[in-house]
Amino acid sequence: MGSQNIQLDKAGKLKHFLSIDGLSKDHITTILDHAETFTSVSKRSSKKVPILRGKTVVNLFFEASTRTRTTFELAAKRLSADVMNINLESSATKKGESLSDTLKTLEAMQADMFVVRHQDSGAAEFIARQVAQNISVINAGDGRHSHPTQAMLDMFTIRKHKKTFTQLRVAIVGDIAHSRVARSEIHALQILGVPEIRVVGPKTLIPTEIGKLGVRTFNSLESGIDKADVIIMLRLQQERMRSALLPSGREFFNTFGLTKEKLRLAKSDVIVMHPGPINRGVEIDSEVADSPESVILQQVTHGIAVRMAVMSLTMGRV
Amino acid sequence: MKILIKNGRVINPSTKCDKVSDVWIDGKKIISTGKKPTGFIPKKVIDATNQIVCPGFVDLGSYLQEPGYEHKATIVSEANAAAAGGFTSICCMPKTNPVIDTPAVVELIKEKARGIATPKIYCIGALTEGLKGQVLAEMSALREIGCVGVSNAREAIEDTAVLKNSLEYAASINLTVFMSCEDPWLAKGGSMHDGLVSTKKGLVGIPSSAELIALSKVLILVEQTGVKIHFQALSSGRSVKYITDARRKGLPVSCDVSISHISLCDQDISDYDPNYHIRPPLRSLKDKNALINGLKKGQVDAISPCHEPQDADSKASTFSSSEPGISSYDTFLSLLWTLVRNGQLTDRRAIELASCAPGEVLGKSGSGIVVDGMADICVFDPNLIWTTHPNNIISHGKNTPFLNREILGKVTHTIADGQIIYSSS
Repeated sequence: MGSQNIQLDKAGKLKHFLSIDGLSKDHITTILDHAETFTSVSKRSSKKVPILRGKTVVNLFFEASTRTRTTFELAAKRLSADVMNINLESSATKKGESLSDTLKTLEAMQADMFVVRHQDSGAAEFIARQVAQNISVINAGDGRHSHPTQAMLDMFTIRKHKKTFTQLRVAIVGDIAHSRVARSEIHALQILGVPEIRVVGPKTLIPTEIGKLGVRTFNSLESGIDKADVIIMLRLQQERMRSALLPSGREFFNTFGLTKEKLRLAKSDVIVMHPGPINRGVEIDSEVADSPESVILQQVTHGIAVRMAVMSLTMGRV
Repeated sequence: MKILIKNGRVINPSTKCDKVSDVWIDGKKIISTGKKPTGFIPKKVIDATNQIVCPGFVDLGSYLQEPGYEHKATIVSEANAAAAGGFTSICCMPKTNPVIDTPAVVELIKEKARGIATPKIYCIGALTEGLKGQVLAEMSALREIGCVGVSNAREAIEDTAVLKNSLEYAASINLTVFMSCEDPWLAKGGSMHDGLVSTKKGLVGIPSSAELIALSKVLILVEQTGVKIHFQALSSGRSVKYITDARRKGLPVSCDVSISHISLCDQDISDYDPNYHIRPPLRSLKDKNALINGLKKGQVDAISPCHEPQDADSKASTFSSSEPGISSYDTFLSLLWTLVRNGQLTDRRAIELASCAPGEVLGKSGSGIVVDGMADICVFDPNLIWTTHPNNIISHGKNTPFLNREILGKVTHTIADGQIIYSSS
């Protein structure tokens, strides 16, 4: 195996998009700026641009996903690419075919880009090392490791509302331990110069030694969101709600659920984000989800533009 | 065969010998060191100029993969790799298919290596039938057929009553139990040390407490049953302290660390390279240093290769989905000598930890390179540079984190029971 920066080519440009870690502020800003230009495309009556015409994008989903897959598909189609969706969750890999063999089969179909979601951390990188030179790999979520396009669309959303990153206090709340979104956001926020990043949750949901990443840990929601500019609520997966990690969804809501009342502890111009899909009444109260502070639906819209930007940049088409 | 090892630097820890000398072998034994025995005409002369001559290395438990997993490795392939690594004795862990829980499997393993010049192969029998942790294995029969001890390999015995009974039974027939310690609940789903690196990589961590809790449980049972235990491949620095305390109380315990755990730590895991996936996991730098310190102070008794060859397919996947294990025989000497070169161990102590000390754990200790001693000898060139290309690695398992690197130090000759079992030329 080679160097850390497999996602960059020799000139330091994006070849794959695998994780935020290892990118420069320049890389991130370039993506955000390009996404900005693509938002105007979405507002036109004809929403297509011919940037990836004749290219084939394969959505390789080893793990179920509706939103991420759909927005990637939409982004590829708006760039005029041909899109194939392959759901491997129930297919060949379960029949004992190795990941490498699956990839070889798909490569033989002459794809130009793989958008990958996989339950194992490091899977996107593994795939990027296996595929032919001309293929770009985009990580649509690998295990608990990384979900870089989600982090980028969140940064895009924050930039829309906050203008500058260098004076922000950002709180990420909930199941940090199992969250690839949280890990990617922490990297992105740090690269963009956010001075205070907080992770908030019970100790069972906070990963080991996360403080060494330069974030502050809070085990109470009230202190964790105190005077925050941005609150990112994470989804609590169903299987964690009643387990050895947490007593119940109800207890979680009572202690870490974001309500209108608790939201008052944050700054008056706070924005509330969530990668979706939201569990109303578990991590977030309906009243907050639908409040003016909530930018959750904007995140989804921004997701398309950001993914268009990432796809065209990795294909060297801008 | 009459062999002369000429002009080598003989390091023999048990006699504190370190001088340039000749070694004369006849039959299975060393008949002279230094002076030429009268009328000795060697059939083979090994020129060991600028090389080190030391007692052969002793392996305290490796996964030879046969019977059952011949697509990974075979007894013969790994015995040859061990010989090329300077080993004159190796121990086969019972995790085979079928498990080494009957004398027949032991015989099968011995049969595989019959007639071939290999290191001495010992078997560690199963502690429980099928390593399932439910029914005791026929330990008496296993001892009769020559097993040097019993072990449940890395399969945890979850039922504490079965654990206690198995230790008690082994104690009553005076068999050493080779024990790996990992609490199965805390280790569940994990593939690397639980710390900053696992947090960054998003890999499920195995906390050090998984080892410490299992270890403490066994130490309490040692106290109760009086069983002789050898702890294998400790990974946490704090384990050394627990074992030192137990020894102070007079408990019959010994322990080893694997060459991987004193050569690497979690920070070294490059990207998601599955060749770093090993059980117990590579722990923190602090743990690594504490283990080395334990070796220095005599709190840890031996360094073992914990050789575990894997086939390419078992490693051709993501880190967490890959099979654990590092192929270690081929690189063992080079890594051992790196510790010497870095000043972490003296040359004499390093050799002792790889040869006589593990021999003592097996109850097979000779005095090393002395007159009338068994001719189990390793000759190596500490300054020879070689590339760990898959073609140069003799083990069938090419699964080493040190693949395709230039490394320093290589065994040139291995002699077991007076027979040359490896020669690089």
